Amino acid sequence: MNALITARGITKHFGATKALDGVDLDVFAGEVHVLLGENGAGKSTLVKVLAGIHDPDDGTIERNARLAVIHQELALVPELSVAENLFLNRLPRRFGLVDRAAMRRRAPELLDRVGLRVHPDAKVRDLGIAQQQMVEIARALDQDAGVLILDEPTAVLTGTETDRLLEIMAQLRDNGVGLVFITHHLDEIQRVADRITVLRDGRSVGVLGPRATTRHMIELMVGRPIDEQYPREQQEAGEPLLRISGLTRSGAFEDVTIEVHAGEVVGVAGLVGAGRTEVARAAFGVDDYDRGTVEVDGKPVRRHDVQAAIRAGLGLVPEDRKGQGLVLTGTVGQNLELATLANRDPRRLREIADRLRVKGHVDQPVRELSGGNQQKVVIGKWLLADPKVLILDEPTRGVDVGAKVEIYELVNRMTAQGRAVLLVSSDLPEVIGMSDRVVVMAHGRVAGELPKGATQDQVMALAVQESTA
Amino acid sequence: MTTIGTRKHSVKRFLAENGALAGLLVLALVLAISNPAFLTAQNLVNVGVQAAAIAILAFGMTFVVVAGGIDLSVGSVAALAAMVGALTAGPVGLVVGALCGLVNGALVSYGKLPPFIATLAMLSVARGLTLVISGGQPHETDELVTFLGSNLTPMLPLPLLLMLALFGVTGLVLTRTNLGRRMYAIGGNEEAAKLSGIDVRRQKLWIYALSGLFAAAAGLVLAGRLSSAGPQAAVGYELDAIAAVVIGGASLSGGVGRATGTLVGALVLAVLRNGLNLLQVHPFWQQVVIGAVIALAALLDSLRRR
Ligand SMILES: Nc1ncnc2c1ncn2[C@@H]1O[C@H](COP(=O)(O)OP(=O)(O)OP(=O)(O)O)[C@@H](O)[C@H]1O
Ligand SMILES: [Mg+2]
Repeated sequence: MNALITARGITKHFGATKALDGVDLDVFAGEVHVLLGENGAGKSTLVKVLAGIHDPDDGTIERNARLAVIHQELALVPELSVAENLFLNRLPRRFGLVDRAAMRRRAPELLDRVGLRVHPDAKVRDLGIAQQQMVEIARALDQDAGVLILDEPTAVLTGTETDRLLEIMAQLRDNGVGLVFITHHLDEIQRVADRITVLRDGRSVGVLGPRATTRHMIELMVGRPIDEQYPREQQEAGEPLLRISGLTRSGAFEDVTIEVHAGEVVGVAGLVGAGRTEVARAAFGVDDYDRGTVEVDGKPVRRHDVQAAIRAGLGLVPEDRKGQGLVLTGTVGQNLELATLANRDPRRLREIADRLRVKGHVDQPVRELSGGNQQKVVIGKWLLADPKVLILDEPTRGVDVGAKVEIYELVNRMTAQGRAVLLVSSDLPEVIGMSDRVVVMAHGRVAGELPKGATQDQVMALAVQESTA
Repeated sequence: MTTIGTRKHSVKRFLAENGALAGLLVLALVLAISNPAFLTAQNLVNVGVQAAAIAILAFGMTFVVVAGGIDLSVGSVAALAAMVGALTAGPVGLVVGALCGLVNGALVSYGKLPPFIATLAMLSVARGLTLVISGGQPHETDELVTFLGSNLTPMLPLPLLLMLALFGVTGLVLTRTNLGRRMYAIGGNEEAAKLSGIDVRRQKLWIYALSGLFAAAAGLVLAGRLSSAGPQAAVGYELDAIAAVVIGGASLSGGVGRATGTLVGALVLAVLRNGLNLLQVHPFWQQVVIGAVIALAALLDSLRRR
């Protein structure tokens, strides 16, 4: 069979960085071709070369089908409506004007296909990041392309949405579409992959079949085996460091009480829209709340006041790194020093960057880093500030297996020093594997709490329970 | 990761980051060849003096632009400060300038007005107040202010020194102070700055106040040079200041900009005006040329960023 895309010997430099080095890739009709590799291995660069966004320095590409690409960074216009974003490059027109009626007719159909329940007239900026991702997927589906490239679409999705997406992908494959799929979730790879091309440092180091084991994948991509994916070292729990009691904001969350002790990691699981991020933001003073209190180390924290929260010893790694975590115009160093402007010291910055194994230089613009490395910078910013309690909201989104373990080691280190961590995560294996207790939220309330060793099914049972209110 | 910093790379990088400087040097070279009058010490000092007022306004503007804002009121505030200075005393003018900036900052941060609107309002108010307190007449400046515009020696005009001193201050504020670092953070991503514990609103207050203060300084220098504060002084200077900042490589969407760039930008404008005069280009055409140069600078900048 003829390949839909044939790429040979693709090489691409960015200044002194060799992002791709002689990579070959075929995409056939009716296959899901997974690109696997560490952060900065060159996956997104390869995608951009295939899509014609970057010109390769060397190599050839033959395209025999139309491409639709979902890029790693969202490409939506926040001020426009969902419907307008869906048809952005081909708005239906009548008499030369945008045909709003036609748009509204067709939008629900597309949204249905990806199982997204939002109003077509809603502004994209008001959607959560997972919903935005689904809008982007719906837009790509509508283009009826022969090749669909998805660069880490599941990084921001939860279980149910991921399931839905994988189903859609399987359907497309059966209809003869060629798919290129990038993800750091090895279980997803095992579910859909027909072929896996592993990249390391810009080179293709092997092509695996659909039945490759996790161990094999990791060894090939990282270059060494990883024995424990969730290396949590539990500590004796000490005094309560963070106490969120009866926190309520009508319409968002209700009577939420969570306690985190020194040396503890408490996980917060739940579906998208369960109110986890809202609680985290409110506790950190970003948003206001109606009732309840937040205490750090026994002292109440002034509400709706980020500075007070930071002074009290809180830190927050937000879920949306590009929108809320990073100053993209700045360098790695400038971003690291952001939360601790008072005592910045170039050596400390370099030390943190090294400890996180950020692949990049302190003076490099942060926008040039790969997605996973950008995430490490956001975490590094807070490590530098050394808070008593660090709230992590989806901290390993888009982070490769090896780097995830490094982040978990940092969590262990924090708790070993008597700090506490509140871990909000949609990644079930992660939240179960790394937490000493898991609080499950549903419909803005705490639905229950599970001890260490809970199963995914137990968590899901609490997460999907019907609202009692 | 190791960075491989070859010599060739650093030279290329330097030129890429200092496109405006390269432009300035080319411009100067062309003028030096085409008109011998350009490369005389006296003329170069004149260029410096002409650049001074715009440069000082533009330094203040740099703070605001780096932080993602804009200050349209600087020309009017300069005139108001100079007039107040002439009617009372120079330092009072500085205070008034800073106060105008504070009002801008309050409107932007606490009143949540877009900077364009807030400072457009101040542009009108400050000009109006200047006319009111002056009765529409120019007023003589006191000794102190006149001194600011004078020459220490024939080759050493004070405005030039002030410009260089404030250039140093601007560079220091931008690179070495918390306020400066925060400007980049706020302009680059206000939300991320907020979530990192930066009191964005309070910082904006200071940023606009600084711009007002620099505008006042520029106004005093301008008045000192003429020994008189005029009600119509510095009309439209805000546009030159913005142009200088943009030619210097700052981004109007915030997060990017440097003191050196702004200084070079102001010098480009001054050299261009001086050169066009020397070459006896008609003033009408001068405007066309200057506009084209601004567009060219911005174009080059956007090409370089790709
Ligand atoms: N525009 C750019 N300018 C400079 N360097 C870049 C640019 N884009 C990518 N790079 C570098 O190229 C390398 C490959 O980056 P790429 O984004 O392709 O990685 P990735 O495999 O997609 O990683 P991730 O899993 O983190 O998304 C990295 O070292 C990155 O820093
Ligand atoms: Mg990527």
